[in-house]
Amino acid sequence: MSSAAVAAGSARPRKKKPGPRSTTARTARFVLLVLFLLLVLLPAYVLFVTSFKPSAETSADRAWLLPQNWTTEGWRTAWDSLSPSLWRTFQLAVPAALISAFIGSVNGFVLSRWRFPGADVLFTLFLFGMFIPYQAVVIPLRQLTVWIGLPNGIPTLILVHIIYGIPICTLIFRNYYASVPHELVEAAQVDGAGMIRTYASIILPLSGPGFVVTIIWQFTSAWNDYLFAIFLSNTRNGPITIALNALAGGQLTNYSASMAGAMIASIPTLVVYVVLGRYFVGGLMAGSVKS
Amino acid sequence: MTPSIVVIAVFVYGLIGWTVNTSLTDRTTALPADGYVGLENFTKLFQDDRFIHSLKNLGVLTVVFIVGTMVLGFLWALLLERGFKGEGVFRSIYLFPMAVSFIASGVVWRWLLNSAEGDDAGGLNKLFDSLHLGFLQNPWWNDPDWGMAAMALPAIWQLSGYVMALFLAGFRGIPAELREAARVDGASEFQLYRHVIFPQLSPVALSALIIVGHMSMKMFDLIMAVSGAQYLTEVPAVYLWTTLLGSNYAKACAIAVVLLLVVAVVVVPYLVSNARAEKRR
Repeated sequence: MSSAAVAAGSARPRKKKPGPRSTTARTARFVLLVLFLLLVLLPAYVLFVTSFKPSAETSADRAWLLPQNWTTEGWRTAWDSLSPSLWRTFQLAVPAALISAFIGSVNGFVLSRWRFPGADVLFTLFLFGMFIPYQAVVIPLRQLTVWIGLPNGIPTLILVHIIYGIPICTLIFRNYYASVPHELVEAAQVDGAGMIRTYASIILPLSGPGFVVTIIWQFTSAWNDYLFAIFLSNTRNGPITIALNALAGGQLTNYSASMAGAMIASIPTLVVYVVLGRYFVGGLMAGSVKS
Repeated sequence: MTPSIVVIAVFVYGLIGWTVNTSLTDRTTALPADGYVGLENFTKLFQDDRFIHSLKNLGVLTVVFIVGTMVLGFLWALLLERGFKGEGVFRSIYLFPMAVSFIASGVVWRWLLNSAEGDDAGGLNKLFDSLHLGFLQNPWWNDPDWGMAAMALPAIWQLSGYVMALFLAGFRGIPAELREAARVDGASEFQLYRHVIFPQLSPVALSALIIVGHMSMKMFDLIMAVSGAQYLTEVPAVYLWTTLLGSNYAKACAIAVVLLLVVAVVVVPYLVSNARAEKRR
């Protein structure tokens, strides 16, 4: 679409909105965008090059340069120290994501179809659970898990992530089911299907995208969580954030190993983001409450 | 649904009640409490210089973090909203830090924000030095007065893309007819944005503000990863952790209650107005 045609008010129906009017404006925009792109990628560059350096090269004077001698030494060190916790984090994030997504789906269905008195108040109370600083619950939570006799570490964390994931998962599904045509549900009810039958035979088969969004969201939150992990687990039984912080947080830091470790800890969530980016954004949007 | 209600009632509201209850007792050691002391833990907290210092730090962090993410996020959305070939690449890269944990990005930011200057400079200071911008070198978060502004940088890096995504959704939700009508009326591009498009974005801006603001109040892992728990960069959430390590339960719970109240003041009006708006629909 040439800018001249836009200025002349071209009558051709077009899908795309016109870009900036002049080439100058377009170039300026592009330069700005590329500049920001480089800034955002700067930390990623540092992580990448440092992780392949031998420790002799991680000194300040060669900080920004490419490795002279590429080595996977840092990656091996990081892998040896992080692999047990990496496996544990999968054991935590996968079930936590699946179970809270399912609970959210049932809740969302009930809330979107059944207008009982006080439903709005209840829903708002649920949503507040999404925003609370978890510091306000985590101190007694620690005592409670001891009382119940839950083993510290992954089992406790699974339960915790399921519970505190309920509000956001409920919200995502409620908004999602609001778009399912009422007629479908009514038709099922006319046929004599109860709540459970309707859910299982009509709603569940339509729920794919809702599940993808909630599972990604919950998987990412559980994977990246540090607050619950530091209160309810330790380096021997905790997830990767705890192990990584122990590896990178010492006084005598092995830079290439901690940078490689940071990449190992980020790969699973980044893979999810790259493969299912569209749905990842869906979860972000739900976080802003408005449907 | 009913089990969920019970679980949320117990684990959100029940535990908050428990925290509030403990904050009113004298449980300042690992031993059980002897009795209630009313609001004494709170009055002590607000006379505690270290707590006031942590609130100041939080204030600086929050202001810089909010301004940074809102400005960058809005600017990126504005640059991208028209759509063009390859737009998706920029969008995805601006947003990718969201998928990374603060603990992982903290590893690289700890290195980038190295406070050494001159010959043994590392990280960003070294970069400034090599680019002949040596005057930009600074101690980053090690600065006792404005260090928390530097601590906001990794948070801005991580969340500007999120704010961009919210604004982009806002831009794309504006009906094309509105733009067309304004153009037919002879509005310039600038007037179109200023009087037609930007006013439509205020609900999105408010959502973004609430989300980023409440995240800032809870900020914990970022600081633990970049500087570790230390006085210089202490915010209430970190102070709470340090207090708990010393088994001072009542004080730790009092800090938690203050955090909760601050977040509630920001979030509750927003949630209530949201609920009312839904009712009207």
